[in-house]
Formats: sequence, C-alpha cells, structure tokens
Amino acid sequence: MLNNFLSLVIWVPILAGVIVIATGSDRNAALARWLALAGALLGLIVAIPLASGFDTTTSAMQFVEKAAWIPAFNIHYHLGVDGISMPLILLNSFVTVLVVIAGWQVIQDKVAQYMAAFLIMSGLINGVFAALDGILFYVFFEGMLIPLYLIVGVWGGPNRVYAAFKFFLYTLLGSLLMLVSMIYLYFQSGGSFDIQTWHTTALGMTAQSLMFFAFLLAFGVKVPMWPVHTWLPDAHVEAPTGGSVVLAAITLKVGAYGFLRFILPILPDASHEFAWFVIMLSLIAVAYIGLVALVQADMKKLIAYSSIAHMGFVTLGFFLFNPLGLEGGLVQMISHGFVSAALFLCIGVMYDRLHSRQIKDYGGLVNRMPVFAALFMLFAMANAGLPATSGFVGEFMVIMASTQVNFWFAFIAATTLIWGAAYTLWMYKRVVFGSVTNPHVEEMRDLNAREVLLLGVLAILVLAMGLYPKPFTDVMHVSVVDLLAHVARSKLP
Amino acid sequence: MRHALMQFAPVFPEMFVLAMVSLILVVDAAASDGKRYLAYLLSLVTLAGAAFLTLRDFSTLPVLTLGGLFIDDPLSDVLKLFLYLTVAVVLVYSRDYLRQRGLYKGEFFVLALFALLGMMVMVSASHFLTLYLGLELLSLSLYAMVALQRDSSVATEAAMKYFVLGALASGMLLYGMSMVYGVTGSLGLGDIAIALQDGTDLRIPLVFGIVFIVAGLAFKLGAVPFHMWIPDVYHGAPTAMTLFIGSAPKIAAFAFVIRILGQGLESQVSDWRGMLVILAVLSMALGNIAAIAQSNLKRMLAYSTISHMGFMLLGILAGSQNGYGGAMFYVLAYALMSLGGFGMILLLSRAGFEADRLEDFKGLNRRSPWLAFMMLLLMFSMAGVPPTVGFYAKLSVLQAVVEIGYVWLAVAAVLFSLIGAFYYLRIVKLMYFDAPHDAVPIAASPDARVVMSINGLAILALGIMPQPLMAVCIHAIRASF
Repeated sequence: MLNNFLSLVIWVPILAGVIVIATGSDRNAALARWLALAGALLGLIVAIPLASGFDTTTSAMQFVEKAAWIPAFNIHYHLGVDGISMPLILLNSFVTVLVVIAGWQVIQDKVAQYMAAFLIMSGLINGVFAALDGILFYVFFEGMLIPLYLIVGVWGGPNRVYAAFKFFLYTLLGSLLMLVSMIYLYFQSGGSFDIQTWHTTALGMTAQSLMFFAFLLAFGVKVPMWPVHTWLPDAHVEAPTGGSVVLAAITLKVGAYGFLRFILPILPDASHEFAWFVIMLSLIAVAYIGLVALVQADMKKLIAYSSIAHMGFVTLGFFLFNPLGLEGGLVQMISHGFVSAALFLCIGVMYDRLHSRQIKDYGGLVNRMPVFAALFMLFAMANAGLPATSGFVGEFMVIMASTQVNFWFAFIAATTLIWGAAYTLWMYKRVVFGSVTNPHVEEMRDLNAREVLLLGVLAILVLAMGLYPKPFTDVMHVSVVDLLAHVARSKLP
Repeated sequence: MRHALMQFAPVFPEMFVLAMVSLILVVDAAASDGKRYLAYLLSLVTLAGAAFLTLRDFSTLPVLTLGGLFIDDPLSDVLKLFLYLTVAVVLVYSRDYLRQRGLYKGEFFVLALFALLGMMVMVSASHFLTLYLGLELLSLSLYAMVALQRDSSVATEAAMKYFVLGALASGMLLYGMSMVYGVTGSLGLGDIAIALQDGTDLRIPLVFGIVFIVAGLAFKLGAVPFHMWIPDVYHGAPTAMTLFIGSAPKIAAFAFVIRILGQGLESQVSDWRGMLVILAVLSMALGNIAAIAQSNLKRMLAYSTISHMGFMLLGILAGSQNGYGGAMFYVLAYALMSLGGFGMILLLSRAGFEADRLEDFKGLNRRSPWLAFMMLLLMFSMAGVPPTVGFYAKLSVLQAVVEIGYVWLAVAAVLFSLIGAFYYLRIVKLMYFDAPHDAVPIAASPDARVVMSINGLAILALGIMPQPLMAVCIHAIRASF
C-alpha cells in the first residue's frame, strides 16, 4: 500500500491551489470555485487514511517519510505524525473545505486568487503539523504567513493594511528568534536538524532558558498569549470570513502545537523552571481577556478576544504537566477549532446580509432568522462551555487538572465559565432577541442551503465531541503520556 | 613553444572577451544607427563564448599561472559563469530601456564588457597587482557607464560622486596593500599567507595595513560607514546602469574580499573579524532602517543592498569554509534578487516614464498578475521568508556565525532583518492591496518578460530545492582553499 499520505495532504492542496490560480481572471470564477472545492475535498479525502490507519497504541511517529533534502546542512524532508499532530491535520483539512464553501458567494473579486491562497495555505499548515525536521517545519511555518498576509490584505476590511502588517511582523519577530535557536540546536546536537534528535540533546540550563524564551515568543505570538495578542483582534476584524475562520481554527493551533513539539520535549528543565510564568500569562488571558471581551462592540472582536481566553486554557493545560491537563488542552484546541470556526461563520452570515459587525445594529434576529438563531445559540453555548458541547470537555479537564496542582489556578481558570457565559450570551441576547429596531434587519432572509450545510456539519461535530469525546482522547492518550514521561526527565548535562 | 602557450590556457576566457570587445568597438563604429543590434548580439555571443571557454577548462584544482599573478580555481570558474549569466540578463532587461533613452549605443556594450573583464580579472587574481588592475578596470568602466546619459545632471552628479569616492577608496586600498607589502615583502597572496603563517614581529604596521585594506573593501562593497555613495549613485544613474552596478560587481566584490582576507590574510582572522563585525552590524542597521524612509524604489533597493552586504559579511567574518560558502551562496542569491528587482523597474518603465517610485507599483496585481507575482517572490526573498532562496542565504550565513559562537550577532542580524521585512512587505502591499493609478499597459518586450519569469521562478525553485546551488558553493570553496 502507498504510505505517503502525509506528502499527499501537503501537496494535494498546494497543487490544487496552483491549478485554481491558473484559471486566471474573474470570468472563470465559477470554474475556480468548483476546482477549489474539488481540491479541498480531495485534500480531506487523502487525510482520512491518516485517521483510519492510525495506531492508537503507540506514541512513535507514524506514516513516516524521510528523504535527504539539503544534504549540505543535513536537512531532511522528514514527515510523520503522532497522536498530537494527526487530529490537527484532520481539523485543518476539514476546515479548508468549510472555508471554500463559505467564500462561495461572498467573494466576487479575484476569486481564483482567493481560493488558491486558502488551498496553498492549507497545504503549508499540514506541513507544519507533519514536519519532523526543524528547517522543514520553519519553512512551512513561515511560508504560511505569505498567503495569510495576502488574504487579510487583499480581501479584508477598511483597516486591512494595518492589520496585515501587524500580523506579519509580529509573527515574523517570534519566528526569527526561533530560527536562531534552531541553528544553535543544530550545533549542540552534533549537526542535526532532526526534531526527534533534539528531543534527546543534552542542554545546559542557561541555553535552555534563553531558547525557552525565544520559542515562547515564536509560539506565544501565534497562540496568541497575553501580552503579545494584540495582532489577533485587528487581523480578525479586518480579515474576510474565511480568513477569520482559518486564523481562529487553525493558525492559533500552530502556536499551541509548537509548545508540544518543541518547548516541552526539547527544553524540559526550562519548561519546569518557567512553568509559573506561562501559567501566569495563561491565567491573565483567561480572566483579563475575558473581561475585555465583555466590553466589545464589534462581534468579530468579541470572538477574537474570546479565542485568546480559550487559548489561555490550552497553554494552562500544557504547563500543568499532568495527562489530564495536557489532553484537556488538546481537546480544547480541537473544540475551539470547531466552535470558533462556527461563530465566525455565523458572524459572516450576518455580515453578508447587513454589512455590519456592530452588535448595536442588530436585535430581534430570531424573528426573521429562526433557523440561524437556533444554530447560533448552540455555538454560543459551546463557546460558553455548556456541558454536552465540545467546549465543556476541554475546559473541564483543564480545570480538574489545575485543582490537582493549585487551588487558586483552578479558581481563576474557572472564572471563565462566568466570563464566557457573560460575554457570549450577552452578545447573543443583544443580537438575536429583543424587538427589531433596525429596519434593515426586517429584510434579512434566513439561511440558505449552503449555509445550513456549513453550520449543520459543525453543529453535529460540536455535539458529538461534547457527548462522546473518547475517540479524540484515545488518539492522543499514548502520545500525551509518553510526552509527559519525556518531559519529566532532566536534560541537564 | 607549446609549453609557453599552455600557460595562457587558464586566461583564454579573458583573452577572448578582450578580443571581442575590440571587435565590437570596431563593428559598432562602422555600423549605422539601424544596426545597433549588432553590438547587442555580439555581446551576447561574447558571453556565450566565454562561458563555453570557462566550462571547457573547468578546473578541479587551483592552477597558478602567469608567474603567480593569476589563479584559475573552481571558485573563480563558478563565479565567472555567474558573472556571464548576470551580465547577459542585464543586457536583455535593459535593451528597450536604453533604446527609448538614446543610450542604445556601442559604448554601453563596450563598457559593460570591459567591466566584465575587470571583474573576471578580480575573480581570478592571486596577486595584489592583478586584484587592483581588475578593480580599476571595473571601476573606470562603471564611472563612465553612470555618466553615459550626459544630458542628465543627476546622472553626471552621481558619476562625479562615484568617481571621487571610488578613487579615494582605491587609494586607501593601495595604501593598505603597501603596508602589507612592507611587512611581508611580497604582493602575491600565496606568499603573503606563507609569510604571515608563523606570525610576524611587525604587528603594528600589519594591523595598520589591514585596517586600510578593510576600509577600502568596505567602500567597494558599500558597507556602513563607507556607504555614502551607494544611494546617490543607484538613484542618479540611469536604471539600466543601476541594474548593472547592483548585480554583477557584487559577485566580483565578494571574490575580491575572499581573496584578500580569506586567502592572503587568512592567518590574521582575529584582526579583521572584529572590524567586519562592526561593518556588518552597522550596515544591517542603517541599511534596513534608512530604507524604510525612501519613496523611490531605486533608493530603497540601494539601502537594501547595504543591508544585504552586511549580511554577506557575516559569512565572511566567520572565517571558516562554511562561512565563505554561505557568503558565496548569499552573494549569488542576492545577485539574482537584485537583477529581478531593478529589472522589474526597467520592465515597467517606458519611453519618457521611469517606474522607479514606489507608487508606480500600485495595483500591479491588476495590471499584470504574473509580473506582480514575480515581484512578490523577489520581495519575500529579499526579506528572507521561505520558501524562497533568500531564506537559505540568510540561514547559511547565520549558521556560520552561530558556529563560531557569535549567537548575539545572529540575534542582532535577525532583528534587523525583521525591520527590513517591513519595507519589502510595503511593496507587496502596494502591488496587491492598492488600486492602480496608472492604466497604461505594460510595454515590456516578450524576451524580457520570459527572462523575468525565469528569474522569479528561479528564486522560488532555488527556495524549494537549494541543494544544487549550495553544493556548488561549498564545493567551489573547499576545492579552492
């Protein structure tokens, strides 16, 4: 049997993107759309064998591919997935399909370029999750900035230029310092860019500490952690719906994934030493950013801040160093991928009709759009962490795990259940309930078939994950336990 | 007799170029105005012929000839091949531009080929005299090229500045060389290296000489604080000349530095490393910061050149074969990017219109998506973002710096390149995010478009598969040292 599915999940979307862009001008927009959909679906199909053929009993890398790429620097084209990265690849391939469908009617300008940018980015992100060579990882990690920069800048809102620059330069700052760390690791490990070799490279405390902060900046900016989060609300507000969905659902996960692939296993001693620092930043994100979200007047901004708060849970879970917290963080990542994607799609649905993202322009939507209101309700509840939705599972696991470590961690983390409910449901109330005050709301039509399909699939996933999360945790469990065992061992020489 | 002739074999490419230049001079003098293309075609034939001669005698081992004045090694052969390629691309890009401005004359081709000859001599020099000879042949040709548009006061001013500062730099270089001669009693690079191997009692004059040599080299490279001529000359010269100055001579300058510092003064690495660190940091800082403030693309690219030369120095100051290989990769990648960047200005220009302001790139994605995409690749490559060749160029020099334990320098370098990313991104922004304000169709000739496409795609292809070029660089350095 062919065993290069990882190459396929990377290159199929990229090739599809190149083909789509070759259709050229907007005269062929319909062709570009259908080709893009075909490419995205094909990308999802080639990702399915990764799940069906996945062996949940081992933490070793699976579907491994390795070939010499740049022998001059001992750089390899080395791919592989474990229980941590495999679900993320599936999530990304799935979200790509959603994004293509979501942009079907909304995007009328430079359709081929829009679709191609998303497809190429999808392939690059799969590469980030699959890469086992430091430089290969870096190439994908940086390369994905280019399409995202264009997506925000070309199809974004009025202040898109500022947002695109801010986003690009912020993330570049972090990754450049990471690059220097990687070169340093190359020499420390005796001339290897292999990530798994780095996992076993002995490192002194000073080196570990310095690299810890370099990597923390690289991934912290992407997550984003307080206080380097300010690019996210700007980028979200200005990005087109598809851009917001990918930003929230996928690119934030790239940062979190970096913690598990790089920081924890390569720098275990520094991770323990500075765990308090990360936990503190995470708790600030959960509590303070939750309050910031409460006062937002713009719905996209509100969801953006809510994303930051939710990602605070992820990083909190990672640095508790117990399986429950780490798995909770991972579940939260996947769940947030679904929920935030759904919420941004909901806002997109409203924006397409009224061309406003301001909460005050809405009110009484339930009278005009009952189906939408119901689905939106489900996602709002999931965002607030209601039991039986996916949002609950991860948060609950992380809060449980933090009780084992320190009561006050758990206490502060648990405030999210209050803030989350407050900002999400209050927004929901102001937008959906009440009487119709804005005459334009009167004219809004309910969801069309395409939108029902998009939101319906997500609703099923959110509920399924909330009711029966075991398949997700089973996939991760062995890898997580093994990772923690590895992190518990000191690497000091 | 046969033996006497054989010692000229390594110099055949140079002799061929010289003969052809003379021929072109005569042919063009005799040709009428309608037959100017003869000089153009003959120049391309010259480059192809020289490439053939270089490839035929591609050396695997260093061969010293002409009584130790001239060396033919893999390094020089590889660099020469890239020089031919670069000059050929320059000629293709600039043809229409020159024709529209009345500069499409034999003089341009003769000067360009004389400059090429100078660069070839520099690349193959193993003696201070030949080094200097090559450098002056190159420099004098460049001064004249900048001044070729004689009704333009800006160009004349640029040529004046270039000449005065260039002469000053040459003087400093000569002074430094004479000090080294005084210490070692020799002008041949190999003899100097041997003389300095076991140290010398004359430390002070030697270091003094090195200071002057480094200052002279920094002038030629355009490293801060010896960079003042770069923005004015790049800006003032007709764009075709800027394209020439900004590409091929960088390759020759690299060879020049590597011959003097890496081969002649190799044992004194601890003396010149510190100087190069300062030059590199200042160049990266000033180049990147000053570029932000520019509204003229030629000026912006001039400052960007300064920062790129700073980056290239990182590889050289490592003083290791890895470092030299990295610097060589950097300079070749840079030549490719520089060709594309200035070439794009030429392609977008037309009679009576210079597309050298930043606004001229507004909305290029609407006017020509393909050229905009090429420029996008060029800009991201200059910023060092993968998957473009610029990333590997930065990676290889940073690696060399970290290897010698200068992690702080690598950190400083990446921080400055972050600043640099801003103005490259701004070009992409203008092309993709803004609406065009110029609806005139782009009038670039088909062959220039094809070469530009190859140029841009090469940047992408070498970014995805950098190994071949990297292997060539490393091999050339290993076999020549």
